[in-house]
Amino acid sequence: MGTASGDRSVPGLSPAAFLLRGLAVGLAAGLIAFVVAFAFGEPYVDDAIALEESAAAHTDADHAKDDADKADESADDAGMVEVSRDNQRSWGLLTGTLAIGAALGGLASLAAAAVLGRLGNLSARGSTALVVLIGFVAVTLVPFTKYPATPPAVGSGETIGGRTASYFGLLLISVLAAIAVVVLANRLCARLDGWTAAFIGAGVYVAVVSVAAALLPSVNELGDFPADTLWYFRRSSLITLAALWASIGVGLTLLVGRMHDRVAADLARRALAASL
Amino acid sequence: MSQTTAAPLAPAVQVPVVPLLQLGTWVVFFGLLAMLAIFFVSADQGALSLVAGNGVHEWVHDARHLLGYPCH
Repeated sequence: MGTASGDRSVPGLSPAAFLLRGLAVGLAAGLIAFVVAFAFGEPYVDDAIALEESAAAHTDADHAKDDADKADESADDAGMVEVSRDNQRSWGLLTGTLAIGAALGGLASLAAAAVLGRLGNLSARGSTALVVLIGFVAVTLVPFTKYPATPPAVGSGETIGGRTASYFGLLLISVLAAIAVVVLANRLCARLDGWTAAFIGAGVYVAVVSVAAALLPSVNELGDFPADTLWYFRRSSLITLAALWASIGVGLTLLVGRMHDRVAADLARRALAASL
Repeated sequence: MSQTTAAPLAPAVQVPVVPLLQLGTWVVFFGLLAMLAIFFVSADQGALSLVAGNGVHEWVHDARHLLGYPCH
């Protein structure tokens, strides 16, 4: 009663409650992404590494006289370790998908908390599902269209700095643009109908990221890497990422929906008790 | 009671909200943690390096490629 006016906040809907659910869903999604990546992606990682090694062996034969240089290099190899392929494709991959799953799941849950009750007249489930869908497009799909996943053997170590900067630059622009157009579309909702506002927002977002993608440098370091292996690898990468986001979306929508229902029922009970 | 504070264009169903100020501190806190986690999987010992050597890179190598981050 003495709380700030215009306050529709309620006990039980704390950011921590969202984050806890997001982390749980994210870890589960990371596990699912691991299974998908292991089943669909790893065969092409192995193919690419085989190509990489045969190319390296070829180069070594050509440059046998560089052995002296190589000896110098290996002297600098302190702290260098070799992780077996068996570990890379199992525990290493699992570590990565769990970490990314937890990070994205947690961030998605906080985004879901931010938009709860604030996106037009969307329900708790509706706004949660929408915000995860926007996350998939902004964080994964748009950067992927300009800088798609590359298998081992593609990509030069000398350009890793520029490629990393470009990739994360586009990612940053895409995420900021997505947040901005959600706010914009939400404002427009006051004057236009929801669909029109949503389409305008989507249009502005597409325009912004298209210009950004056109201005950022392109990368083409494929060389003579076989096109079919490249396509299979990229397809499996996109399937993995889609599985990760879909799992986050479904899990978070279910858990946030249930949490909202419980809180809403609690509020209704209290309102009823107060009216007696 | 909750009807006393109808927002402009009140939605048909009043869905409760989480206060943005309270949420902000959590976003900063978890945002930093998440960025750290993403950094180690996506970029450490590649373009930038926080930990010496190549152990982190080697360990998460396949995830870095399959989750679409720039590598090599």
